[in-house]
Amino acid sequence: MGDVKRRRIDELAARAGQVPEGEGGVSLTRSAFRRLRRDPVAIIGAVIVVTFLVVALFAPWLAPRDPLAQTLLSQIRPGLIPGSQEGFPLGVDNLGRDLLSRLIYGSRQSLMIGVVSTVLGVAAGMALGIIAGAFGGWVDTVVMRFVDILLSIPGLLMAISISVLLGQNQYALMIAIAVTQVPIFARLLRGSMLVQRGSDYALAARALGIRKRRIVFGHVLPNSLSPVIVQATLSLATAIIEAAALSFLGLGDPDLARPEWGAMLANAQAFLSVRPELAVYPALCIIVVALGFTLLGESLREALDPKFRR
Amino acid sequence: MLRFIVRRLLQLIPILLGLSVLLFAWLRALPGGPAQAALGERATPEAIARYNELFGLDEPLIVQYLRFLGRAIRLDFGTSARTGRAVTTEFLERMPGTIELTLFAMIFAIGVGIPLGYLAARRHGSWLDSTSVIGSLLGVAIPVFFLAYLLRLGFAVELGWLPGSGRQDVRMDATRITNFYVLDGLLTREWDAAWDAVLHLILPAIALGTIPLAIIVRITRASVLDVVNEDYVRTANAKGLATSTVRRRHIIKNALLPVSTTIGLQTGLLLSGAVLTESVFAFGGVGSALYDALFARDFAILQGFILMLAIVYVLVNLLVDISYGLLDPRVRVR
Repeated sequence: MGDVKRRRIDELAARAGQVPEGEGGVSLTRSAFRRLRRDPVAIIGAVIVVTFLVVALFAPWLAPRDPLAQTLLSQIRPGLIPGSQEGFPLGVDNLGRDLLSRLIYGSRQSLMIGVVSTVLGVAAGMALGIIAGAFGGWVDTVVMRFVDILLSIPGLLMAISISVLLGQNQYALMIAIAVTQVPIFARLLRGSMLVQRGSDYALAARALGIRKRRIVFGHVLPNSLSPVIVQATLSLATAIIEAAALSFLGLGDPDLARPEWGAMLANAQAFLSVRPELAVYPALCIIVVALGFTLLGESLREALDPKFRR
Repeated sequence: MLRFIVRRLLQLIPILLGLSVLLFAWLRALPGGPAQAALGERATPEAIARYNELFGLDEPLIVQYLRFLGRAIRLDFGTSARTGRAVTTEFLERMPGTIELTLFAMIFAIGVGIPLGYLAARRHGSWLDSTSVIGSLLGVAIPVFFLAYLLRLGFAVELGWLPGSGRQDVRMDATRITNFYVLDGLLTREWDAAWDAVLHLILPAIALGTIPLAIIVRITRASVLDVVNEDYVRTANAKGLATSTVRRRHIIKNALLPVSTTIGLQTGLLLSGAVLTESVFAFGGVGSALYDALFARDFAILQGFILMLAIVYVLVNLLVDISYGLLDPRVRVR
């Protein structure tokens, strides 16, 4: 089952591993980086991502107000939430909190959820992939059967089940998103390592009598990483969108002291006809960041994939 | 070919067993355990103890698992704590709605996506090409439930062109045969009922179809670009075949192979969880039932629905595998 899905992941793994013809002298990383710098798509993606990272890092200095302070309460009535005005560039939310400041602080939480869950997913997936790819044989079979079972559960359903199990807090949210990514990375890295293990340089290393552990960790693994890096960049986008979805389903972070785009967006649905901006701005943030990571990931793939080197 | 299918079917067994183990473990690990899950959150300790004894939850885990498996095979997942109805009945009643919605969403995604992807590739570098590339990137980046809300607000609430919730007007006194509302309307010749059901499907189908649409455009475009540069296309052109023949027999036929896989995988995904879209439109399919169960912490529904949806997903993927084997003879060998 899921054979097509598996094959697709394996294809990605196999393609990114090939050494390009006529470029033997330049290292893969360096030639990829050179291509990236000349790719406008990559630059747009990088600018978006870096901008949001800077905003997240310097949120306390950039935000004009306290994201939790309730103001303008006298102006808030059922069916009326004040919009943009002096001192509140984007207006306030239904509880009178400055929207712009919440968006700026929200970038911290949203990016952190994206990064932490992706790092967790990549780490666990890579551990499984390395075990399977390095040992081969029955270990490989057992690990990959387990991964296939995980792959056979639709991502959102899996995230929901895990959130329900772990309760409602930000760590549960991150773990739930991470788990959905584990099987993809496990399969990807294993496939990529299998290709590398069969390559000439691995054979040469074996012929030289180098120990297996050193071949795996010193040669095969570093050369197998490029599809993982590409997928991880793309996964950052998915993770942030998925966090918003889980917030919408009531499985997000219940701590109101931490503004987060997904939760803001989910909350704002109730006031959509009163002030659509409350939903539109956090949604825009999510879309733009996701787009940034996607652009970066896609151009990384093109830079690292020999098929595109023309 | 038959051997290929049989082998694929056999491979299902370990997957389904693994799924059942995971779900059994999940239910055991829930706060309060299966008793609370079945009786609801406000069950008294005595009731829980009685339940545990009644269903043998004090026995060794392996015995419990086998019993759970026995019931799962008969598709017996108990009754919903909220509605008091059998989980399986509830599921079978709601699945037709989700199937209809998936079908409409995929018709939208395929109908728009393949022509658009093809045109984008043939006019590589044109404004149409760049628009569809940007559009397909955006389509994947928009949170589905937000898009659903926007569509509902715009076309149902503000403009009032289309219905924004439910599967059919409640005032419609339609006859039910299969629970596929459109099909029922056609079968009973209640044309207005069928048409009303179609209208109710349009907005949710567009919202749900956006992600598959974006992916189909991208894959079609990339795949056509690949195929156009193949040697056999050059040969076909060189030997003087009519452009339309080359296009139909050589380019489109080969380019659609990866697209068909994508369509299959996406269909499986939609069938197994239109939770977000369905809940925005209060659609009444499997997805909105899951959403309600989530808020009510109705574990019997959650467990049963998740397992049955995973099975649906697995089966659809199996169909995709088999059809891929039919379409591409190279796959069968492995």
